[in-house]
Amino acid sequence: MKVAVLQFPGSNCDQDAFHLFASGLKVNTKYVWHKETSLGDADLVVVPGGFSYGDYLRCGAIARFSPVMKAVQAFSQQGGVVYGICNGFQILCEAGLLPGALIRNSSLEYRCITCALKVETSNASFNPNFLGASVKLPIGHGEGNFRIDEAGLARLEANKQVLLRYENNPNGSLSDIAGIRSEAGNVFGMMPHPDRAFERFHPSMDGLKVATAVLATKFPELLKHTA
Amino acid sequence: MSKAASQQSPRDPALGVAALLPPNPDPLLNQTITPELIRKHGLLPDEFELICKSLGRQPTLTETGIFSVMWSEHCSYKNSRSLLKGFPTEKKGETKDYGRVLVKAGEENAGIIDVGDGWAVAFKIESHNHPSAIEPFEGAATGVGGIIRDIFTMGARPVLLTNSLRFGELSSPATKRLLRGVVAGIAHYGNCVGVPTVGGDVYFDASYEGNPLVNALCLGVLRHDQIRLGKATGVGNPVFYVGAATGRDGLGGAAFASRELSEASAADRPAVQKGDPFMEKLLIEACLEMMAVPGLVVGIQDMGAAGLTCSTCETASRGGAGIEIELDQVPQRETGMNSYEIMLSESQERMLVIVKKGREKEIEAIFEKWDLHASNVGTVTDTGRMVVKQHGITVADIPANVLTDQAPLYKREAKEGEWAINARKWTPAALPDLDAKGVEAALSALIASPTISSKRWIYRQYDNMVQHGTAVGPGSDAAVVRLRLGDAEKFIAISNDCNGRYCALNPKRGALIAMVECLRNLACSGAKALAMTDNLNFGNPYKPENFYQLSECIQGLAEACRFFDVPVVGGNVSLYNESPAGSIDPTPTVSIVGLIEDEKHITRQTVSTSGSRLILLGGAPHELGGSQYLGLCHGIKAGDAPEVDLNAESLLQTFLLTQIKAGRVIAAHDISEGGLMVTVTEMLFTPEVGAPNALTLGAALDLSSLSASRLDALLFGESQARAVIAVSSVVEKELLSLAASVGLPATTIGEVNASGVLSLAKGSIKTQWNVAALRTGWETTIENAMRRPGLN
Repeated sequence: MKVAVLQFPGSNCDQDAFHLFASGLKVNTKYVWHKETSLGDADLVVVPGGFSYGDYLRCGAIARFSPVMKAVQAFSQQGGVVYGICNGFQILCEAGLLPGALIRNSSLEYRCITCALKVETSNASFNPNFLGASVKLPIGHGEGNFRIDEAGLARLEANKQVLLRYENNPNGSLSDIAGIRSEAGNVFGMMPHPDRAFERFHPSMDGLKVATAVLATKFPELLKHTA
Repeated sequence: MSKAASQQSPRDPALGVAALLPPNPDPLLNQTITPELIRKHGLLPDEFELICKSLGRQPTLTETGIFSVMWSEHCSYKNSRSLLKGFPTEKKGETKDYGRVLVKAGEENAGIIDVGDGWAVAFKIESHNHPSAIEPFEGAATGVGGIIRDIFTMGARPVLLTNSLRFGELSSPATKRLLRGVVAGIAHYGNCVGVPTVGGDVYFDASYEGNPLVNALCLGVLRHDQIRLGKATGVGNPVFYVGAATGRDGLGGAAFASRELSEASAADRPAVQKGDPFMEKLLIEACLEMMAVPGLVVGIQDMGAAGLTCSTCETASRGGAGIEIELDQVPQRETGMNSYEIMLSESQERMLVIVKKGREKEIEAIFEKWDLHASNVGTVTDTGRMVVKQHGITVADIPANVLTDQAPLYKREAKEGEWAINARKWTPAALPDLDAKGVEAALSALIASPTISSKRWIYRQYDNMVQHGTAVGPGSDAAVVRLRLGDAEKFIAISNDCNGRYCALNPKRGALIAMVECLRNLACSGAKALAMTDNLNFGNPYKPENFYQLSECIQGLAEACRFFDVPVVGGNVSLYNESPAGSIDPTPTVSIVGLIEDEKHITRQTVSTSGSRLILLGGAPHELGGSQYLGLCHGIKAGDAPEVDLNAESLLQTFLLTQIKAGRVIAAHDISEGGLMVTVTEMLFTPEVGAPNALTLGAALDLSSLSASRLDALLFGESQARAVIAVSSVVEKELLSLAASVGLPATTIGEVNASGVLSLAKGSIKTQWNVAALRTGWETTIENAMRRPGLN
């Protein structure tokens, strides 16, 4: 498989995401600049964290208009797998590829801590079988407070689109939601950082497993990392 | 006014008129330079005479502004430079594998140290105290932005930030406002720019009321062949201005930073700059991309204090060349800016780049990619002069090296203040020693005091993990970060220190302690010290007691640097740290970077399992002077600072490192503020990762074998050259005998257990604490003080 990590002006977890895949999961990974109009031969598009366009106006609100996002839209419509982490999640919500929105943390402060997350049973497109009941991943965000209207929330729950929930809600997210997938099951977004949990010295190495759970259905070769 | 001004004769013929400049395009700038104007620019009459002599004429108003910033303390170090010469800037001992100084202190924007295998680190600390006092958010934010530019201008990719903060008492509403603003400012800038804030130190003391200290450090990594210098060379090479446009913000910031704060300082708010971390992030990436192109960049320098002025004259002076620039080519945020404003603006996120002639298109293409300005503003010349034109008319023409190297140097009068002489005479003779109840209360109070308590409220607002290299984050003796060096990796440790209380009582000793404690922190983390950067925060040097403190502290730092062979690779001097209530405690903040040779040597200050033995290294603490205990429990800031024995420090640190490398040490924590009991207690506070720890650790301590004339001094005294280590019972005996064989006092003082209770026995005195309760006090002091109703 081939992974494309997008780079927007202000992306700053692009290297983290790159190394999660290239060094952690040992898959072929490359960067794609936001002014590109094609994703090349990528099988998976990762939208990394950071402060695209300085988070000015609203997190992700400007990045969604970058030229590359047209290609991402088309890619996802054809069933391509798109995975947004932190600012990437915000961008995917702004782009309408995922439902809901992320607003300012209820504390009105940035939070960088490691969170325990309850693993939800989603459908086959998110394979949590090897995750156990709970994982630990770092968060680092000021706007991770997930919001959606009542009908939207009901749809998320009915379709089992919630992937991860905070055990101790750090940001005020509705129903403790930390990560979701699209209804079709090929677009994923989460505020926690698997890209900060894959080295021996990280707070946990659960990032490898979470990334694998997100992608294992389409890319079963990743399952070798779950041993 | 403009009409009247333009009608005045712009020059005083008595001073020689050989090289008069044409009238400035802005008639406002053609005023005669009066004594009043000179004073307003912070220049002394003698300095003005010197300026006229070097120019052979009177300066114009623009030139006066240029001299005022370049000859300010902030840029010229005119009151401190003679003292700084005492610092060792090179390593004396063998540096076969790593540790060589590649770029020395004072030569460039930051010093560079070899870390081996063709790689190096650039690092430096810098203050933004005055801007932060007036406008804490922007002041602290731009402090971070400025120090990051100092690092990537050397060619290094910034990989970590730390900061050293000092505030007044936490109970004061003014402190809360400043703390909230400073932390939010650092978080705003550092988080967005994507450089992790991995550590720091914070003290609360009344002496900083109204004049907080905000010192920010950045470290970057680069290959030896990537080192870039701030030199303008090659006559005819174009000079590019890149980054943000110039506005009227931050006018005269460097001059402002070289004055005392007063009630009128709020009117200086226009001297505080406004930062844009997004712009900085783009600038980092564009500049690193540009510097990666072989032979494209001849020289590069950031526009920090004194902006365009400083970067042009410094690059010219270092390169032994001249520079001529045309201000019409400078990107400007507003119309109608005159030469004075453009030259003195401290707008952020700007760089000056000297490019190889004929390759202009290449740099333009890179900045186009990043949507940034890259404007050809001038040329390198062979005149040795900094020539500034606007609309084609010369508005400043000054020999570059006069600005950079010929600021007058002063040695001010030094005399120790009465307060310190008297305070040192204090002895504990009149102070009743503690009983069991008193011991219990004192530890509970100390562990929850703002200076000792957890800084979690602060560092959880900082992104301390981005770039995924953080191995030991904030909250430990030293932060440890993994550097990616191509396909290889290395781990470095960094620690900040300075106890201003010691420095107020005994400046030289206080400075020595700042150094040895910082080194001890590194040793506890498993690192070998490489080099030091310092931030000298003092009061007005014209007051003899302040200049005495400055002089003594520098001697103390230099002595420790020479003894431990730790060179100084750069730093910053911040004087005039005063509020209407007086000068701050002298605060020579020290930051030392160390190398951890093997990932296995990374050692934390906390234990995570029960059963290990706690061993006190260095002998029983016995001094109370300058301690947090005296301050907190008795309201006393007196006594002498703890004694410093450099040989004892060296013995302890060598032993710590040797034992860590041998794999015998589970955890190590030095004794510092709060003394032995605080050290042991903190070792039990295992970080909670995501969820509460399964185990609440406790410890049973028996100090009966330690001789002590006073219990309070044993438990809470801050004697130096001491640390507590946790080791397994299997190696305990061996370790004790190894310590004995090198002459290092070592005593088993207790065992870690899973009881959740910390118990203490010392002869007939017995007392105990609930560890969870101590932890709650430690963790929530600052959070509770800073809580905003209705928010969580």
